[in-house]
Amino acid sequence: MADQTTNPIAFVADGTIPPSPPPANQTGIIKWLRENLFSGVANTILTVLSILLIYVLLKNTLPWILNGVWNADSLAQCREILDGKTGACFAVLTERWHQLIYGFKYPDDAYWRPNLAFLLMLVAVAPVLFFDLPRKLLLFTAVYPFVAFWLIWGGTILVPIVALLGCVAAAVVFQKFGKNSFAAGFFGGIVVALVVWNVGGALIPDDANEGALLSAVPSRDLGGFMLNLMLGVTCVSLSLPLGIALALGRQSDMPLIKWVCVIFIEFIRGVPLITLLFVASVMLAYFFPPDSTVDLFLRVVIMITMFSAAYIAEVIRGGLAALPRGQYEAADSLGLDYPQAMRLIILPQALKISIPGIVNVAVGLFKDTTLVSVISMFDLVGMIRGPILASTEWNGVYWELLGFAALLFFVVCYGISQYSQWLERRLATDHH
Amino acid sequence: MKKSVILGVATVAGLAAGAAAAGTVDDVKARGKLNCGVTTGLVGFAAPDANGEWQGFDVSLCRAVAAAVLGDASAVEFVPTTGKTRFTALASGEIDMLARNTTWTFSRDVDLKFEFVGVNYYDGQGFMVPKALGVSSAKELDGATVCIQTGTTTELNLADFFRSNNISYEPVPIETNAEAQQQYLAGACDVYTTDASGLAATRATFENPGDHVLLPEIISKEPLGPLVRHGDHEWGDVVRWTLNALVSAEELGVTSANIDEMAAGTDNPEVNRLLGTEGTLGEMLGLDADWAMKAIKSGGNYGEVFAKNIGEETPIGLARGLNAQWTDGGLLYSPPFR
Repeated sequence: MADQTTNPIAFVADGTIPPSPPPANQTGIIKWLRENLFSGVANTILTVLSILLIYVLLKNTLPWILNGVWNADSLAQCREILDGKTGACFAVLTERWHQLIYGFKYPDDAYWRPNLAFLLMLVAVAPVLFFDLPRKLLLFTAVYPFVAFWLIWGGTILVPIVALLGCVAAAVVFQKFGKNSFAAGFFGGIVVALVVWNVGGALIPDDANEGALLSAVPSRDLGGFMLNLMLGVTCVSLSLPLGIALALGRQSDMPLIKWVCVIFIEFIRGVPLITLLFVASVMLAYFFPPDSTVDLFLRVVIMITMFSAAYIAEVIRGGLAALPRGQYEAADSLGLDYPQAMRLIILPQALKISIPGIVNVAVGLFKDTTLVSVISMFDLVGMIRGPILASTEWNGVYWELLGFAALLFFVVCYGISQYSQWLERRLATDHH
Repeated sequence: MKKSVILGVATVAGLAAGAAAAGTVDDVKARGKLNCGVTTGLVGFAAPDANGEWQGFDVSLCRAVAAAVLGDASAVEFVPTTGKTRFTALASGEIDMLARNTTWTFSRDVDLKFEFVGVNYYDGQGFMVPKALGVSSAKELDGATVCIQTGTTTELNLADFFRSNNISYEPVPIETNAEAQQQYLAGACDVYTTDASGLAATRATFENPGDHVLLPEIISKEPLGPLVRHGDHEWGDVVRWTLNALVSAEELGVTSANIDEMAAGTDNPEVNRLLGTEGTLGEMLGLDADWAMKAIKSGGNYGEVFAKNIGEETPIGLARGLNAQWTDGGLLYSPPFR
């Protein structure tokens, strides 16, 4: 210490200087603004223009949305309430809510049935989408289609039970014979299922629908967003396995299978979906006697499924082609047969590569379900364009209704897209 | 082998369809329901209301036919059809009759093999202008900009009308009625032209309908009527005379209010024949004697149906015009019930 007092140096700091805050323009929001919005003359101009644009948009839409009328019986009444001010007439959504969601003919006391089916669907798809969940849940997924069919269409419970029995019988046969010969198991399963369905169908009495626990609802009475969801979910889940089969078939060495798949894919991809829908609704009617037509919903499902299966097949073929040849050879050298190689080595990798493409097709397909409004099915858009805009009360309400439809579709499609991004991250095995 | 099986099935199916179509009256009776094709939605003519019940001018005709044949006005399965699917739906037997404001034209009647059984609404192309324009006749529209749907007969009618009156116009092509509504209100055109009933329905949705007027000129003929398939004349007769019964009922003063009273018997033999208390008209059609009475009861006579769905009391506010009885200077003229 004595040393220090004699030291000629006047002052020595006895601690570190506390760090001072960075200059105002190098920190926080200002720095972010400078770096991201005003980093140059051109960017500044663009920023100002964008802000102006947003301002104009909000200035015009916000009063319209905030002033919206939610309670009125007709457009005229809406206008009366608004009294010359700008404002939306959202009352059409509240008044026709049930029609927008369920269509105009679904019995009102049965709305809980599609609601329940929707909730159960969330449970059923969860183990498929999130494979960390217990595998036993897949059992419920397998039963779900039959439960949902019974809930939505109602009628006798015997129909879904017979359908389920047929599938179970087919699965048992496949388990038993499929080990030795895939073809024997596959075709044997189909034959057994057909037998069970025919016998079971003959056993169900004709008047079974009367006095059934849930009243029967014909397909024609389905409508609204429910119909879009049903078509979307059914067709996506059917077209994925069909698409995989087509993609594998197209790569097959057996000429017959290969050419059937090629012709199917090329033909379906070369035809607009709307044409297929017209065929489903109009042309097929010529080939059946008037009383025994195949259900319109089923016809449309078949057409949309075929359409999206062809696209998914091509997406998956891209995934298969992207796999290095070595993967196929590695599978062969391990002594795996074709189904094992595909199931354990090729498809997991090929499908992972194909996820963005498959999701793209799924989102497109879901939006394409609105095309059924052209063949006079009352899906969400069909309800809006037909009955609601044609009613004397609501003729002239365009923005509110179509905006609502856009919102519903956006929510679902954005959800699908977010899921696929999560899935890609989850399946990423390469390390950066 | 397989091909021939499929062809065979198709042939059998075709034969069955043909056989089934031969007796539509019996088919409808056996089924217990009338399959009636309507539009997917047109203001005043056919649209389901908030409770999902179909309402409208064309719908009333379906109900009247169902009441005449089956005795129950609610025994109708309404099959919504679009402009594109309506004719195939009828031709394929999916529907028994089409009441979808369809214009009766030569080619539809002859070439498409349908039979128009009458006219339930005489429409025609008209003009709508803002009142502020101060125009009272379409002939004063020299140099006007006209909103018009492309690719329709209205476009051709318009060109003919302006040329024959030696005046000029500037077309603003638009795609749909909804678009036209927006363009017209935004002032993109001075005049909007389409079918007069459509104009009235469009005007009814405006914020201030009173600021717009429909000009008196009607420049084309659009007779709208119900149709059935060629070849089944018994069924065609049923639909034709149900429509005629509604028209005759108005002419004879039979309304849904006084029909029970009149059915007890009147001094007018034609009313008696219409309501089945005299003669055997119902039997000739293969229906009950009181078929027309049931049809009229389902929604009233033609005038009542008109007033309730599209008449001047409704927001659509169509005047009877051409659709008045011939005794009032209109075109409605039912052949006698004799």
